[in-house]
Amino acid sequence: MTARAHTKAAAWAVGIFLVCYFLPIGGTRFDGALLEAFHLVRWYAREHVLLCLVPAFAIAGAIAVFVRQGAVMRYLGPRAPKAVAYGVAAVSGSVLAVCSCTVLPLFAGISRMGAGLGPATAFLYAGPAVNVLAIILTGRVLGVELGIARAVGAVIFSVVIGLSMHLIFRHEETAEVTVADLPESPPSRSPGEDVLFFTALIAVLVFANWGAPSGTASFWDTIHGVKWWLAGGALLAVVVLAYRRRGELGAWAGESWGFARQILPLLLMGVLMAGLLLGRPAHEGLIPSDWVARMVGGNGLGANLFASVAGALMYFATLTEIPILEGLLGAGMGKGPALALLLAGPALSLPNMLVIRSVLGTRKTLTFVLLVVVMATVSGLIYGSI
Amino acid sequence: MKIIKILGTGCDKCETLAARAKEAAESTGDDYELEKISQVAEIMTYGVMMTPALVVDGEVKCVGKVPSVDEIKGMLS
Repeated sequence: MTARAHTKAAAWAVGIFLVCYFLPIGGTRFDGALLEAFHLVRWYAREHVLLCLVPAFAIAGAIAVFVRQGAVMRYLGPRAPKAVAYGVAAVSGSVLAVCSCTVLPLFAGISRMGAGLGPATAFLYAGPAVNVLAIILTGRVLGVELGIARAVGAVIFSVVIGLSMHLIFRHEETAEVTVADLPESPPSRSPGEDVLFFTALIAVLVFANWGAPSGTASFWDTIHGVKWWLAGGALLAVVVLAYRRRGELGAWAGESWGFARQILPLLLMGVLMAGLLLGRPAHEGLIPSDWVARMVGGNGLGANLFASVAGALMYFATLTEIPILEGLLGAGMGKGPALALLLAGPALSLPNMLVIRSVLGTRKTLTFVLLVVVMATVSGLIYGSI
Repeated sequence: MKIIKILGTGCDKCETLAARAKEAAESTGDDYELEKISQVAEIMTYGVMMTPALVVDGEVKCVGKVPSVDEIKGMLS
């Protein structure tokens, strides 16, 4: 070891010693928060992993393997009609951006070689929010209402933001590079069969997670009574249809496992942190609930703006925004600011602003960030008041 | 000599593609040079939107997916 390495190791040793020496165990709040972290992890493991996350990974993997992404890209290319390009850009995140690392190259590609800045920013904004994994887990943990509000809000505002970007910078748009021509493999199955396959996959997820009866005899309760039959039937359909594509099952399993391996460690850390800092709903973590209630409680302009700006600057690893938001909601955050955070959060963070800047330049990046913050605040205000 | 380039921002899939490309190139026994390109701006110059992508001697062979070692061997020849 060099002298420098020794100095570094010694600094670490001193630092770790100080942390151990002053470890705040024994304090009621810290001990409680530690327990909260483990309670929350166990609750996630029992309630959300087997029925929700596992099927969600299977669906994301199936999208990556069985959906021909090239076909979608045609609608985002330079010759695509503009109106179509905005619509496709707003929703295609669910198919194209199942892996978060593909969002930025796609964004740069659409912006420079494809349909232009407008659809590209629409895609950049909506991508993380309409991602299948994010929608499924948001709906499951935070409630169907907020899950739908997140997806719909993201789609609508992505088009508004894309159009605004296009109008503000319409004099600067130039196609700089041409897209590489790629051999398109012919479809091996009819589109109808693919639709059926994905419907069956989603049906397994939906029926297996069907909510408990509300007490009143209704159609929904009837479905709840037979939900395992419905989920089983859908699973059988998946197995039958999967048998017809048995050559690609290895690739499907590989992709699904790839998502699980990539996301689960981050999610575990996210849940532990959320439990430690915020606790379960109706319990307290390290951060007192009344702080949360003061900053982002209710549905004022201040609360929504604070949630948007905080969300825009903070980095959320894929899906970790969900346990954190769950903690915040439990600690007294209003539903308007919650949506504002969901809309501004995953689309933006300080690190990805820097990458966006390298593609767009400072002026366009600032405009984009400003638009996102304003839009998220406004949609939070609207959602909070209905 | 073959010049193989892996375009990707450095996620899991790009690493897998790089490893498989190396394996495929080794098995052919020819001389090769493997290069990873992770700057978005540079990836764009190949006309590639979806990563990871494989470029052999300046020609884009595959985009947005990780082919198997055997498929890559076909792309190299």
